[in-house]
Amino acid sequence: MEYIIIVISAIFVNNIIFAQFLGICPFLGVSNKLSTSVGMGGAVVFVMTLATIVTYLVYQFILLPLGLGFLQTISYILVIAALVQMVEIILKKVSPAMYQALGIFLPLITTNCAVLGVAILVIQKKLNLMESVVFAVATSIGFTLALVIFAGIREHLDLMGVPKGMRGIPIALVVAGLLSLAFMGFAGLV
Amino acid sequence: MSQLKNFTKGLLVSNPVLVLLLGMCPTLGVTTSAINGMGMGLATTFVLVASNVAISLVKDLIPDKVRIPSFIVIIASFVTIVDLIMAGYAPALHAQLGLFIPLIVVNCIVLGRAEAFASKNGVFSSMIDGLGMGIGFTFALMMLGSIRELLGSGAVFGFKLIAGDAILVFVLAPGAFIALGYLIALINKLRKV
Repeated sequence: MEYIIIVISAIFVNNIIFAQFLGICPFLGVSNKLSTSVGMGGAVVFVMTLATIVTYLVYQFILLPLGLGFLQTISYILVIAALVQMVEIILKKVSPAMYQALGIFLPLITTNCAVLGVAILVIQKKLNLMESVVFAVATSIGFTLALVIFAGIREHLDLMGVPKGMRGIPIALVVAGLLSLAFMGFAGLV
Repeated sequence: MSQLKNFTKGLLVSNPVLVLLLGMCPTLGVTTSAINGMGMGLATTFVLVASNVAISLVKDLIPDKVRIPSFIVIIASFVTIVDLIMAGYAPALHAQLGLFIPLIVVNCIVLGRAEAFASKNGVFSSMIDGLGMGIGFTFALMMLGSIRELLGSGAVFGFKLIAGDAILVFVLAPGAFIALGYLIALINKLRKV
């Protein structure tokens, strides 16, 4: 039951993009086409889950026992950067097909603040390992959901007669605002 | 003269938020009020100036292949310093900004200036560049924060300007997207693109 609440709240109620404003850069950057947004979403699910597990273990078993909690930010960003690099190398060897699909998005993910954000959030929320994993998976699914919905709308937006100054990012932001408004409707769920 | 140009380009011509569209997450996330926007802006300005100076000092010592990870470590160190200082001296603001303080590390503006400017220029120019960009960022955040606070709660910097009800949605999440969208559209209109 607890896990269900975590999942619903991470996907809908506290959607990482529409309610928490994390990962806006890739959200605006790769949401031009539906196919690329699915690829980016897949890569984020993969990396975010893995990064959360590794950083959680680093925090609990290295930083805390040594009293180095203040090194959290530095060590996390290094772990995530190294992890992304490693995933890229392994994927290239093991599954070239998957590398083809996700490869170009992987370097972008290092600077995706959603990954670092979730890694820090699970520590702040004092979740245990299993809850952290569930939270990371659900959050990244929420990210993918937001990205795919948004890309679908933006594909149509390209064909519309938008006023000159509003074209591109401004109208995209307004659309994101309306979507965010719609997601607020989920607030009563949890 | 050229130093003046280094300084002013970040303010308007290539304002990191309004023109270059970098650093969107903190821009949207913390601008529920003018004062939060200013706090975030100043924290980022400090990191920008300090990391630009540090990177331009050590740029010749860092091998080209590992420069990005090295830059990130330098930036993360300064972010940690800001985080601890704010937690100590401005706990209320620190609690408000929350997660977004450690996330300055992944703010594309900071790494962007390190890579594009500080790794190629001298110490003084880099400092001026960081200062200009930082102030431009602070200015954009303060502007968005003021607009949202005014529309959402009828106040600016906590001073009540409009009596009675306000449009609450502007201090909530959707208002951030919509307000920033129209602000950028306005800037586009003024720049005549």
